[in-house]
Amino acid sequence: MNQNTTSRRAVLQGAAVAATSGLMVPEWAQAQNAKIRVGLMLPYSGAFAPLGVAIENGVRMAINEQGGKLGGREIEWFKVDDESEPSKGVENATKLVQRDKVDVLIGTVHSGVQMGIQKVARDSGVLTLIPNAGVHAATRALCAPNVFRTSFSNSQPTLALGEAMVKRGHKKAVWITWKYAAGDEAFEGFKESYTKAGGTIVKELGLPFPNVEFQALLTEIAALKPDAVACFFAGPSGAKFMKDFAAAGLKGKIALYGSGFLTEGVLEAAGPAADGVITTLHYSDSLDTPRNKAFRLAYAKTFRSQPDVYAVQGYDTGLLLAQGMKAVNGDVNSKPALYKALENAVIDSPRGKWTMSKTHNPVQDMYLRVAENGENKVLGVAVKALADPGTGCRMG
Amino acid sequence: MDVVNFSIQLLNSVQYGLLLFMLAAGLTLIFGIMGVVNLAHGSFYMLGAYLAWSLASWCGSFTLAIVLGTSLSVLFGLLLEWVLFRHFYQRDHLDQVLLTFGLIYVFEEMRSILWGDDVHGVTIPETLSASIPLTDTLSYPVYRLFMSGICLLLALALYLLISKTRLGMKIRAGAFNHEMTEALGVNIKLIHAVVFALGVGLATIAGMVAAPISSVYPNMGSQVLIMCFVVVVIGGIGSVRGALIAALLVGLVDTFGKVLLPQVAGMLVYVLMAAVLLWRPEGLFKQ
Repeated sequence: MNQNTTSRRAVLQGAAVAATSGLMVPEWAQAQNAKIRVGLMLPYSGAFAPLGVAIENGVRMAINEQGGKLGGREIEWFKVDDESEPSKGVENATKLVQRDKVDVLIGTVHSGVQMGIQKVARDSGVLTLIPNAGVHAATRALCAPNVFRTSFSNSQPTLALGEAMVKRGHKKAVWITWKYAAGDEAFEGFKESYTKAGGTIVKELGLPFPNVEFQALLTEIAALKPDAVACFFAGPSGAKFMKDFAAAGLKGKIALYGSGFLTEGVLEAAGPAADGVITTLHYSDSLDTPRNKAFRLAYAKTFRSQPDVYAVQGYDTGLLLAQGMKAVNGDVNSKPALYKALENAVIDSPRGKWTMSKTHNPVQDMYLRVAENGENKVLGVAVKALADPGTGCRMG
Repeated sequence: MDVVNFSIQLLNSVQYGLLLFMLAAGLTLIFGIMGVVNLAHGSFYMLGAYLAWSLASWCGSFTLAIVLGTSLSVLFGLLLEWVLFRHFYQRDHLDQVLLTFGLIYVFEEMRSILWGDDVHGVTIPETLSASIPLTDTLSYPVYRLFMSGICLLLALALYLLISKTRLGMKIRAGAFNHEMTEALGVNIKLIHAVVFALGVGLATIAGMVAAPISSVYPNMGSQVLIMCFVVVVIGGIGSVRGALIAALLVGLVDTFGKVLLPQVAGMLVYVLMAAVLLWRPEGLFKQ
């Protein structure tokens, strides 16, 4: 619906531009006036659908704030629902690149699908912006000059967690997560930061994704009696984990820490069980800066819903794209200049200013947050300007 | 693992197994008696959870929500049987699978329209929200014990209904020989409707009772559906007694697997299923 009206308006405007300028400007500039084709490959159905919508809202909002154009060119949008289905990742990305001939591909949420996009991006050389998926390979072993991430790498939040835990006197911890790629990558970050800060990981517990029968593992935690538990869970299961943790009587006796996704969007569902849970993330809804407040107000006015971390990531994707296109006056074919501009961009994000690392992943502040009365209260910055190590990337 | 720990884990297994039984009982009952493979069974679990959430916040009482929700789901089951399932008893299993697979999507979409895509929590009623301290760090939530109690009670009621009452006799007769039972003057259509509604009711009760500890979220049905089928296959398709034994067995393997062999915990349950099928291809208790 939204897309239809936008593209209809865009067509009319495009026609008007063509009619008035066709005779007056030289040929090379006419090419510049053609619409820039932006492809959105996001989940619009399934459990991740709300994330896809939030990201698209953010992207559009950022570009509209810059006058609704990219480097002076009108935009034509193309949308594909990736269904968070890894087996269709390559196929869907190919649709956008070959059928729709997009100049920029923005996607996606699910790390498995991202690997499909990564393959197409590397093969075709189309500029690709990742608004969420944190899979390491995208900016490590399989990094590419035309792929940029505006969100986080899976180990970034937990890289900030270890030191904060030891500082609070919790030196013996149990780690628990799902046994799958994102869980393993989050553990990698935790292990490095926690052992470096002087902590000891007593035991590493896991359960198959997306199993949520935690009771047996909670019993095991009670028997091990660590100072703290650190975890990576996200979405509804995060709420269940916090509730089970409290119901098993561990809350208040053993401190609970986690990668910030544990408490995103589920505080209402988790209720009082979430109070006191400490997490690290690159954003918090309650970040008390004028930039964040202005963003939240504007977003709420436009979309009649509260923005979350995913909306911010989408918004930053839009900001980054607008900056890059402005630097090359909308000429997507001058790739070296475009990539240089994206690499050197400083994004004035609601999460705080951040820059691109050499492997094209954000260098950003990680906030230490505590869940209190249904919000993630910011305690301070856990680690300033944290970068993903980018191990294995042969670029830059 | 010391004795205390071992017994707590044993309790965990039984409690998980009983919840699985509640779900699997309806599935195996509907298959055993009407021969319908119902893939949408998980959706009834989800329906129960959402009903518990919306009714509890509407009328303010969890107990009342369960009573109301059960009645609603039984009515829903009767309606569904009358409109759709009744026409599929004599059809091929593939047709049934197509129908019920489609229903999963219909129910998910209806859920999205009616209740939205958000995650919700259901508060445990005041009287059951306490925990019993077991060791110095661990306490056991009373609600989990209550849940197991309900499951046991329903299992017992189901046993009595099927093996001790006149209705149960007719149900068994219908499953054994459908035409002959009808020829003897038993209204088999009514029996089928009752059994179907009973199966739906059991799944929704499981969903409602599990809602406070599992939260309420989209697609929650599909996660439990696979475990349900594992239980039904191990227990022997159509056997309620088999489902009980199998559910407890799966609970045991899953719980101890997670603690003792975390690296392979994900596949242990399926290894168990494969082993049982090799040993007894019809499942533990064939009808």
